[in-house]
Amino acid sequence: MSDIKADVKMKPVDAVIVGFGWTGAIMAKEMTEAGLNVVALERGEYRDTYPDGAYPKTLDELTYIQRSKLFQDMSKSTFTFRHSITGVAVPYRQIGAFKPGTGVGGAGLHWSGMHWRVLPEELQIRSHYERRYGKKFIPEGMTIQDFGVTYAELEPHFDFVEKVFGTSGQAYKVNGIVVGDGNVFEGDRSDNYALAPQKVPYTAELFRRAAKAVGYHPFVNASSNASGPYTNPYGCQMGPCNFCGFCSGYACYNYSKASPNVNIMPALRMVANFELRANCNVVRINLDGSKKRATGVTYINADGKAVEQPADLVIASAFAYNNAHLFLLSGIGKPYDPVSNEGVVGRNIAYQMMSTIQTFFKEDTNTNPFIGAGGTGVALDDWNGDNFDHGPLGFVGGSPAWCNPAGSKPISGIATPDGTPAWGSAWKKAVKKSYLNTVSFDCHGANMTYRDCYVDLDPTYTDKYGQQLLRFTFDWKENDIKMSRFVTDKMMKVAEAMNPESIKVSVKSVGDHLDLRNYQTTHWAGGTAMGADRKTSVVNRYLQSWDVHNVFAVGSSVFPVGIGYNPTGLACALTYWSAKAIREQYLKDPRPLVA
Amino acid sequence: MKIIGISPHRRHFLRKAVGAAPVVALLAGAGGGLAMAVSKDQPAYKPRFFDATEWATLTALVDRLIPADGEGPGALESGAHEFIDAQMNTPYAYGALWYMQGPFVPSIEQFGYQFHMAPRELYKSALAGVNAAVNKQSGKPFVQLNAAERDAVITQLQKGSLDIGEVPAKVFFNQLLQNTREGYFCDPVHGGNKDMLAWKMVGFPGARADYMDWVEQYGKKYPLPPVSIA
Repeated sequence: MSDIKADVKMKPVDAVIVGFGWTGAIMAKEMTEAGLNVVALERGEYRDTYPDGAYPKTLDELTYIQRSKLFQDMSKSTFTFRHSITGVAVPYRQIGAFKPGTGVGGAGLHWSGMHWRVLPEELQIRSHYERRYGKKFIPEGMTIQDFGVTYAELEPHFDFVEKVFGTSGQAYKVNGIVVGDGNVFEGDRSDNYALAPQKVPYTAELFRRAAKAVGYHPFVNASSNASGPYTNPYGCQMGPCNFCGFCSGYACYNYSKASPNVNIMPALRMVANFELRANCNVVRINLDGSKKRATGVTYINADGKAVEQPADLVIASAFAYNNAHLFLLSGIGKPYDPVSNEGVVGRNIAYQMMSTIQTFFKEDTNTNPFIGAGGTGVALDDWNGDNFDHGPLGFVGGSPAWCNPAGSKPISGIATPDGTPAWGSAWKKAVKKSYLNTVSFDCHGANMTYRDCYVDLDPTYTDKYGQQLLRFTFDWKENDIKMSRFVTDKMMKVAEAMNPESIKVSVKSVGDHLDLRNYQTTHWAGGTAMGADRKTSVVNRYLQSWDVHNVFAVGSSVFPVGIGYNPTGLACALTYWSAKAIREQYLKDPRPLVA
Repeated sequence: MKIIGISPHRRHFLRKAVGAAPVVALLAGAGGGLAMAVSKDQPAYKPRFFDATEWATLTALVDRLIPADGEGPGALESGAHEFIDAQMNTPYAYGALWYMQGPFVPSIEQFGYQFHMAPRELYKSALAGVNAAVNKQSGKPFVQLNAAERDAVITQLQKGSLDIGEVPAKVFFNQLLQNTREGYFCDPVHGGNKDMLAWKMVGFPGARADYMDWVEQYGKKYPLPPVSIA
């Protein structure tokens, strides 16, 4: 636990927010609307469209991707990893498999804009599977559990998030009536998307045609890259996305990709009861003698001074796993122990189970992969969630699949056919032929949670402030690999229907281990799981700490199980759900909202 | 649709590309002194970080990773080696972008980079190590090997079967290949990808970054040449 002593004590505020990405910005907006004096603390630098996304400097793959301009500064803090509870963890020294954010806007400044809700049954995953397939269907050691909130309860918040983000897309049904060719598997909606769907680049169109030909149900997926000019409910404005192709990993130069900086911050700048402090790294939530009430937080400012910020309400809105780190450093909740299966903080960590299919075509196909937007594309849900009968298959979970032309750049983005050497003339010949003639698509599988996959504090390695790093104990499990192989096999039919010259498949085999070297996805989840039972969750259904009632945690850290979709839409809807409970119930009578 | 023509810049590039042709031919051949080969209309690049022996070895390695041939520019024509030298004076090369706190313990390769050296130290150690190892094998420094012999050494590095001293051969190979590709395909503002030759080869338009009019023109070749942010 952190023992850093404060040098300075600030004037008390009503609410302090730890981490200023999407969920922190939403909470700041909601709490200032409720009339609270709010201070948000962001460990990274101040960032905005200018200068961090300024044209043309931002269109620089070397600086932004290879040299991680907007990602977490690994020299200050990272994570350690081991595959099993008996292993020795080593640090994630260079950015590889995932790209954590830092700075104002968090990963929300350099995300892609893939915008999803959740499949309704995924919120009740354990009870749903037990009901449909029987209790024995869920394998020993798999710790999936219900979120404790229903899709119907979250629906108004999903809708509002899409209006704040200026999400482009096409609904299938609105209030039970078919309104267009959207996703037939989608949950009920109270309204269509904020904007019409984006245009479909060529690779995604080839994917759509092939998927239709094999009998699947492709649709233009929702994207928080604006398809037209837009003003959101906060009065913040977006311009139409021009498919520049510099999206994931970059700040949008065109005000087209939703971000906390573009879609919320301009409104917060107008209010007197909000203050944002950048370069303030929170090291601990402070508790009173009873350990049942938080008194504020302690952070290290840009000058290296330890500062105490007293507050009546603390919102932990750090990125995913970092909420668990903060809780562990602060002594909030009992740390999880996989051996005794007791404790909760750090439990139920999930990643995503990816596979990729690349199809290579003859010369002059001109798929033009430099044209792209991070959230644009065509997806299908035929093999996601429980949209197909799992009974004879013997695994839990599923995988959406999509062709997402996010903009391929040449240093990191040129796929080559199987058997291509990594260097020499043959490599050069292959990249020359492949760049304009490839269609690539992904199976973005859900990762279940397991008894021995969790996070705790590393015994050896520390961050810049001398605090223990967060340690991941995590590996792939047979259930998830079986799922991925099944869905990948189904998606091979789509690849074959495109009639390419060759197909390259990247899919895990049973026995494969987590590999941190190449990028997979940044979507970790869990660590401060929500739920209805305090023995298996860190926060209740309103995202309030079971142990310290004036601390709330928001973000994908509260997911008790992994989902296949990108998590931002769900993480933000849950944040509005929590904010509603704070505004309507907690502020009137501060107490545990669930007994 | 926009009118397409050969811009003054492109004419300049074509002139330079022709001027560079003999160099390409020379570099593709075997023998020493490759590092000294420069095009007639450009002064020789003077490395700021590497000494003469290191520079000659680095140049010869990079030349084989992406050779000059009829398909498009080689690494040297694109200036990938000059890019690597320039990168050595950035925070990246000092390890400032990586978590470099010890202990450094041997681990399985799935956990990524676990070696204690930052790129500056790594390159110096590994380039000397390659020469020492090659000398031991063949009695000659790396630059005096012919193309096939050089490729054989690089394959040994790639497989991790050559002892080059403190740096594990695979670690060096991965670092060198990554930096070579970066220098080949980066924006020219960083000193590599000269005249955007590698972008032209694959068809990447660089920082055009506005395709509203092309996103639905399925299968049509994008007509405009690349632009740099420089």
